[in-house]
Amino acid sequence: MSNMILLGTRKGTVIFDRSNSSWNPRPIAHAGIPVCYAARDPRNGTLWASLDHGHWGPKLSRSRDGGTTWEDVLSLKYPEGARYIVKYLPGPDFDPEAPVGQPEYKDATVFKIWNLAFGTAGQPGRLYAGTIPGGLFVSEDDGDSWALNRPLWNHESRGGDLFAGEATSENRWSGTPASIDYGVFEPGIHSIVIDPRDPLHMHVAVSSAGVLETTDGGQSWTGRNRGMLNDYMPNPESEWGHDPHCVARCPGQPTHLWQQNHCGVFYSDDGAMTWKKVSLPDAGVHFGFPIAVDAQDGRTAWVVPARADMERMAIGGGLFVARTTDGGQSWQSFRSGLPQENAYDIVLRHGLDVCGDSLCFGSTTGNVYLSEDRGETWRCLGYHFPPVYSVRFG
Amino acid sequence: MPTVEVTRHLYRFFPALENRTIRVPAGSVADVLRAVDELAPGFSDYVLDEHGALRRHVNISLNDTVVIDRKKLSDRVPEDATLYIFQALSGG
Repeated sequence: MSNMILLGTRKGTVIFDRSNSSWNPRPIAHAGIPVCYAARDPRNGTLWASLDHGHWGPKLSRSRDGGTTWEDVLSLKYPEGARYIVKYLPGPDFDPEAPVGQPEYKDATVFKIWNLAFGTAGQPGRLYAGTIPGGLFVSEDDGDSWALNRPLWNHESRGGDLFAGEATSENRWSGTPASIDYGVFEPGIHSIVIDPRDPLHMHVAVSSAGVLETTDGGQSWTGRNRGMLNDYMPNPESEWGHDPHCVARCPGQPTHLWQQNHCGVFYSDDGAMTWKKVSLPDAGVHFGFPIAVDAQDGRTAWVVPARADMERMAIGGGLFVARTTDGGQSWQSFRSGLPQENAYDIVLRHGLDVCGDSLCFGSTTGNVYLSEDRGETWRCLGYHFPPVYSVRFG
Repeated sequence: MPTVEVTRHLYRFFPALENRTIRVPAGSVADVLRAVDELAPGFSDYVLDEHGALRRHVNISLNDTVVIDRKKLSDRVPEDATLYIFQALSGG
């Protein structure tokens, strides 16, 4: 059972401490600064917050005393020569039939540190950070220094090794709408899921490209998008161009992975080699951002559905959580303790977490809800928080 | 020597710059920022990106003239100038 919940919010980091059955928020940390992700490293208890300064660039902040004090960590930076091929949001003059022009290159700069992941117990000090514009960074010294993972950056699906020269293949990675706030349309890595059995084995999810897997510690990467359907694209079964909103792995059954995107909920029980669409639109389980998987049973997952895509609000003004225990063949909806009238909450991709029988989610409306019975009943931990970007048990 | 005026928002992260007059040797804007970074290590990361270009929502002016070269920061800072570092009002 966890005794801590961390929220990354529009106005700072909120930490709840559990005292018997009550959860009490501390005064906000990083007050006034947008925090797009906050989490606790289970290996050493260090707390991390990814600060999304509007003016001063993205920064990581670290606390080694349980959140009493925080320190800036040296910014992670793209190395000299890191370039990518620019994509633009299609405008009104976009012609899909037009011949592909010469690639336009851009020097990479970190716009957002979207996600952090911690190495396995056998890798003390190993951290991962996913960024916009689509670079995975790795630290071996608990965040004191960071290096770009070049094989993923140089992947053939992005045009090849642009450190070495001109593109040798087409860039198949597109931008994420989450990058538009920065005045660009670039891809972003928001999910980094490590196989607890094998630290060399991990998946990352890229918006908008898809899921990639490495089995050799990041020296090589392979797309894992078979079975994904992209029903708004000319070719729904295209290998690339997918927009996974969030990918989660079952720690106890690591071949079980889940994701949700614009086109449904997808489940894989073979380590992402193939994905199956398991959403039930008639039951409201289709569109949404976050997904959580049980720690032991890979067939059990939770989503917080929303009205796709044009509204992005709770369906019919009533907020609910849906759970499957059979790999998505059936879903149960739970509404007890959640508002069923005039609710316009949307839960973003990192805004739901599970720990044992407990689940917690926070919405952009600033409401935070907790369940301690596997999502069946809920209570509110507060209605007036800033818009919530991430929720993680500590 | 030029004077550097820093938006008070940055004092939160660099208290060493508060309640003092910042004077550094003349040179280019890049030279001046390097000198401020020596007074407050890490300062450059707040106003420049990894290529040394001014961040999108940061402005620098020499007296009341906004600097022209935002990429290489080559504008000259005269001996008697005041260099202002402040947030752009473009959002952020």
